[in-house]
Amino acid sequence: MSETQIESKPLELGPPVVEVRDLEVNFKGRVGLIAGLRGHKAPDAKAVDGVSLTLHEGEVLALAGESGCGKTTTARAIMGLLTPDAGQILFQGEPLPTSTRALRPYRRQVQMVFQDPTGSLNPRSTIYEIVAEGLRIHGITQGPNGETEEQLVARALSRAGMRPPERFVMLYPHELSGGQRQRIVIASALALDPKIIVADEPVSNLDASVRGEILALLLKLRDELKISILIVTHDLGLAWTVSDRVAVMYLGRVVEIGPTELVLQRPRHPYTRALLDVVPEAGGVNRPILQGEPPDPTRIPPGCRFHPRCPTVASGRARELGIEGRCTGEDLQLSPTGEENFAACHLVELNQLP
Amino acid sequence: MSNVLELRDLRVTYHTQGGGVPAVRGVDLTVGTGEVVGLAGESGCGKSTIAAAILRLLPAGTKTEGEILLNGEDVLKMSAAKLRAVRWAGASIIFQGAMHSLNPVRRVGEQIAEAIIVHGQANEREAKVRVGALLEQVGLPSRRIDDYPHELSGGQKQRVMIAMALACNPSLVIADEPTTALDVMVQAQVLKLLKELQRDLGLSMVFITHDLSVLVEVSDRLAIMYAGKIIEDGPAELVFHSATHPYTKALAAAFPEIGDMRFRGKPSGLGGDPPDPQNVPPGCPFHPRCAEVVEGVCDRIEPALWVSGANSHAACVHASGAPALEGMPR
Repeated sequence: MSETQIESKPLELGPPVVEVRDLEVNFKGRVGLIAGLRGHKAPDAKAVDGVSLTLHEGEVLALAGESGCGKTTTARAIMGLLTPDAGQILFQGEPLPTSTRALRPYRRQVQMVFQDPTGSLNPRSTIYEIVAEGLRIHGITQGPNGETEEQLVARALSRAGMRPPERFVMLYPHELSGGQRQRIVIASALALDPKIIVADEPVSNLDASVRGEILALLLKLRDELKISILIVTHDLGLAWTVSDRVAVMYLGRVVEIGPTELVLQRPRHPYTRALLDVVPEAGGVNRPILQGEPPDPTRIPPGCRFHPRCPTVASGRARELGIEGRCTGEDLQLSPTGEENFAACHLVELNQLP
Repeated sequence: MSNVLELRDLRVTYHTQGGGVPAVRGVDLTVGTGEVVGLAGESGCGKSTIAAAILRLLPAGTKTEGEILLNGEDVLKMSAAKLRAVRWAGASIIFQGAMHSLNPVRRVGEQIAEAIIVHGQANEREAKVRVGALLEQVGLPSRRIDDYPHELSGGQKQRVMIAMALACNPSLVIADEPTTALDVMVQAQVLKLLKELQRDLGLSMVFITHDLSVLVEVSDRLAIMYAGKIIEDGPAELVFHSATHPYTKALAAAFPEIGDMRFRGKPSGLGGDPPDPQNVPPGCPFHPRCAEVVEGVCDRIEPALWVSGANSHAACVHASGAPALEGMPR
């Protein structure tokens, strides 16, 4: 193993806020009417197939991977928007209830920011109505210190950087720029004083020059309000800029997790390596690229689920190291690498880098 | 090197109920044979308008002025018949979100062949052979010729669109955000394919995207647009790594290099919003958002593309070749 020094200060993580344990989410396979009458069945899609991770107080955790890897499904399960088929989600140590009614207080604590701010704002509501909607749904008529609804809305807007708030409250979403719309989405999340913000590709629909501002805002909320942030993204450059830890998902599993500096500079899983190789950069046209499409969650390969696309297997290196049989036949979990990260790869036991 | 495309003082004004909206405000751009020119900028900067203007695909009522010389002939002066012949055979476009522009009820092979047959380059049987060869060229097995679009993945559909763009051997290919909607790994595959095709066929290309990191990978030269004008141009790596214009610097900083501690925990962005095209600020259009603004100069003088380095230009008072300007500290 190479001994390059990675600048990584040990992480000081706060207490856990959300713990995901062995989460599984399946989507029912669907067939056409005729095929169904003939008794044909389609296999279920195992979108999330045994994910465990912990989000700590005031932490920014990036969940990265290709489309179809289960990152958004994991995020939705954490939001309480779908019922897991197996496993548990704990919030401040307590398992999430299953009934919609009992979930309500929890949902207030966990707010979501989506990719497309234009699509997530009602075009016929004023900014005030949009930011106040969450408060009304949760029946909140005044804040903890007796603030009025107007005051709560104004505070949320100014925390989201829309200052002075009174300049914006009577406007409609179409009167704002893309960056401002995303700030409104964040303001409506903040109105409910959440513990957690789940941001699904929060800047990928925004113009390059505006992205930094929105990311800086998320970091500021973390610093000032101790909000934990889960960022779902395919963009490792974004993870490098803002996250404390990165979890890389492949085909329904976390295959590598650890401090950002470590995971992105000395990855231990060949899939993380492959994702890093395709980050565009000058002169990078001849880099290795995984062939094939993102894999199909209805047909999960035996053994390590990445082995059909794994460069270490394809190049024959796995055979040389004597682990090829295990790569193709033996499923595996995350294991400690000796450093602060964890990876699900047979190379880890041999202390080899991908 | 002869130029495949030459834009001379191109101006495009959209017609709306609220009056004319100038989207492109005087652009000069040349694309040499076998050259790839990357055009970057935020949404609304006019980059896609230029793409559409080259083949006169803009909505009726749009005012286009200047010259668009495609292989020396002005597209704006062409007759309808001549224009039809030039579209696709002279220059073709790979559109943004191209995967959705395939007709869902026709086989992909027929859709590619249509362009070849319409342009009279082959009869039906010859066209089919050519389509098979084209599919192989873009990395799809030729048996895919009889597939319908829904049988293909996003990346495969984009490959079909690339095959279609190459069908009539155009001298210029315009790629407008060709990989934006694709997944990371597929995006890398498609970029590699485009780069290989460009090299093997000696294609001349205009490559348009807001993602500067993609552009620098595929382009020879970069032109950065802001508010309907080119504000910086030059060799791709030079523009990306040592930009002169503060706007280009901000764009480049939006695509951090992994491992570079300067970006860690420090997202950088521009304040403010792109200008309203109907109300562009006086002086340098970027000055209200600029980190290096010189009070009393930038709000008064609109910079031209001054020399800023070897083969590069920047429309900024900080360019090394900027003339002496009144009020400028030296």
